[in-house]
Amino acid sequence: METPDSIQLEAVKRSKGLEWLMTVDHKRLGVMYICSGLFFFVVAGIMASLIRIQLAVPQNDFLPPDTFNRMFTMHGTSMVFLVGMPIIAGMANFLVPLMVGTRDMALPRLNAFGFWIFLFGGCLLYYSYIGGPGLYGAGSAPDVGWFAYAPLTSKAFSRGHTVDYWALSLILTGIGSLATAANIIVTVFCLRCKGMTMFRLPLFVWMMLVTAFLMVLALPPLSAAQIMLLLDRFLGAGFFDTQEGGSAVIWQHFFWIFGHPEVYILIMPGFAVASEVIPVFSRKPIFGYPVMVAASIMITFISLGVWAHHMFTVGMTSVANVFFATSTLLIAIPTGIKIFNWLGTMWGGKIRFATPMLFCMGFLFQFLASGLTGVMLAIVPFDWQLSDSYFVVAHFHYVLVGGLLFTIFAAIYYWYPKVTGRMLSEKIGKMHFWIFVLGFNMTFGVQHILGILGMPRRIYTYDTDRGWDLWNMISSIGVIFQGIAILLFIYNILSSLRKGKEAGPDPWDAWTLEWATSSPPPSYNFAKLPEVKSRRPLWDEKHPDDPDWRHE
Amino acid sequence: MSNSNTATAESQQEWKLPSAPKVGMICLIVMETALFTIFVVAYLYYIGKSLNGPFPKDLLEAPIIASICLLSSSGTVIMAERAFKRKDKAKFRLFWGITWLLGATFIALTAVEWKGLLENGLAIDTNLFGSTYYPLVGLHATHVIIGLFLLALIFILSITNHLPFEHVIPMEMISWYWHFVDAIWIVVFTVVYIIGVY
Repeated sequence: METPDSIQLEAVKRSKGLEWLMTVDHKRLGVMYICSGLFFFVVAGIMASLIRIQLAVPQNDFLPPDTFNRMFTMHGTSMVFLVGMPIIAGMANFLVPLMVGTRDMALPRLNAFGFWIFLFGGCLLYYSYIGGPGLYGAGSAPDVGWFAYAPLTSKAFSRGHTVDYWALSLILTGIGSLATAANIIVTVFCLRCKGMTMFRLPLFVWMMLVTAFLMVLALPPLSAAQIMLLLDRFLGAGFFDTQEGGSAVIWQHFFWIFGHPEVYILIMPGFAVASEVIPVFSRKPIFGYPVMVAASIMITFISLGVWAHHMFTVGMTSVANVFFATSTLLIAIPTGIKIFNWLGTMWGGKIRFATPMLFCMGFLFQFLASGLTGVMLAIVPFDWQLSDSYFVVAHFHYVLVGGLLFTIFAAIYYWYPKVTGRMLSEKIGKMHFWIFVLGFNMTFGVQHILGILGMPRRIYTYDTDRGWDLWNMISSIGVIFQGIAILLFIYNILSSLRKGKEAGPDPWDAWTLEWATSSPPPSYNFAKLPEVKSRRPLWDEKHPDDPDWRHE
Repeated sequence: MSNSNTATAESQQEWKLPSAPKVGMICLIVMETALFTIFVVAYLYYIGKSLNGPFPKDLLEAPIIASICLLSSSGTVIMAERAFKRKDKAKFRLFWGITWLLGATFIALTAVEWKGLLENGLAIDTNLFGSTYYPLVGLHATHVIIGLFLLALIFILSITNHLPFEHVIPMEMISWYWHFVDAIWIVVFTVVYIIGVY
């Protein structure tokens, strides 16, 4: 029917921007998640650079103290909630349906809702910057640290709306993450293609599933605590108000009940990427698949019971300290199992040193370092010495940058051809890798020393007589290298979009289902839904003489 | 070639997966449980820590009638479900309607209770008891109200003959949600009106 209305509707449908705005396609939402994550990554990275410039020399007055507080708060909050979480959600969105061989996520509209509410939450957080100080509500970015300890967040100590922005925007992004988590769980359980039993799922899917479970269990407590905080601030409730008999420590408990599992929510997708990339570039199936799955589930359970290791210096009973120290140390076991499995996969393999593999190998070394400092910090007396020092800063940057960010880079180099149909430049990629490794270890490696020398985190400036000058300078110079590497990376992404080598459906000679369809995949993913008989369906297809299912 | 035989045998098997709405609903219920847990823990932690009155034992009376209403509505919703599956429209409407009425009575009684508490000088900013009582009971009441909207939606669709009696799932999901709300009430009742008072 060619009514004027339907013609108009067609015109609207053809407009490309609107098509993206209104999409419920999991691949587009995935790309949108990753792009907004990378955008916030650049913003939060600029803040990090400003922090390092301020700390490069003693007695610096580059940033005013209150601006410095806003910088580290917004840097931390953004990196966790607006960079880590959306990029993870984006990877899961793009890859999980392809990997389990289905056409879309189980709840596509909920998926779109999740993305938009995340983006709205992110914008709300940054909205707090707009306008000058003094304007009602605006010009007052959060400045209480990313874990917003009570009683600093009470009305008496945080006037204006800094904390309100922090809580409201994180509740919103939390809802978005919960929508994604539910979607992943339902997709993996209910939409697997024929023959894709739970123990034939790619490890990436397994670990995203475990991450989704962790989100479902850990994010609502954060929202609950933030609702209580807002009740305190707006309605005069007394949850965290010591003047009314409330407890400031219970905020720490509630926050870390979320906050510790959050670390595993962020790192498990890193494991997921490594578990896909390392086998493909070693030309060997993953070593110990069932053990990997079991270790992931173990990490999930243990991580829910370790939160108070962030609170050893609060003054808990020694029974509690021992319990949380022990449970924290236990996590080293499944994590160690994983590292040995990755090494076992590489052992005797035909390793190709392509950029994704390089990033995964960098990840192995740096994540090992972060694990070892983690074990050190789990020892209570050691933690009493170095809690809230730069040693802790170094530790968690090794986890989140050396662990998560390196694998995110690996993932982007590995799956970029699938998303865009073109390869990223290997030459620039390798430059990116080496410069970033150098810069990263320069910046954060020496912070271990700074911590041992007694430099507390979050200080705005320091005196010359502390012996911290040289190390701070080195640390700040490292940022320059990191910045150059990131610029190379962005250049690579943008230029390869046009000029990159055509990828074809399976440029890496990989084995999982996402490589079975064209690059970029059509909106319906697979012309005919696949059927699998083993963990490596594409291997079976390429080697009909010796398929995997004969050996399973 | 025994291997290829097993493989063909496998491909002939029916490929069965769990139903998406059910798994999704279970996810939602787990999230809600996690949310409630924190409020319940906060309530338990702050029992007896109020610095000034009024205290729970001065004001709280166990809402026996409201609880009976809410808990029995779990039974009527099951009856409605059975009628739905038998496609017995009249019985379905009857029991579904009774469920709604029982839920609405619960909310009305809660409103009366809150009015009394406010008149006796307990507000959210009075003391820790008020701070923890209203959010916990209020969070539950909010869930009941959402449930009432969903129940009403199905009821209206049913009396206007727009409810497809072939699709069990949407109705079933709402009844799952309703059971969850009832189960949470048992916890809230125990914590607030039994542990909190004695």
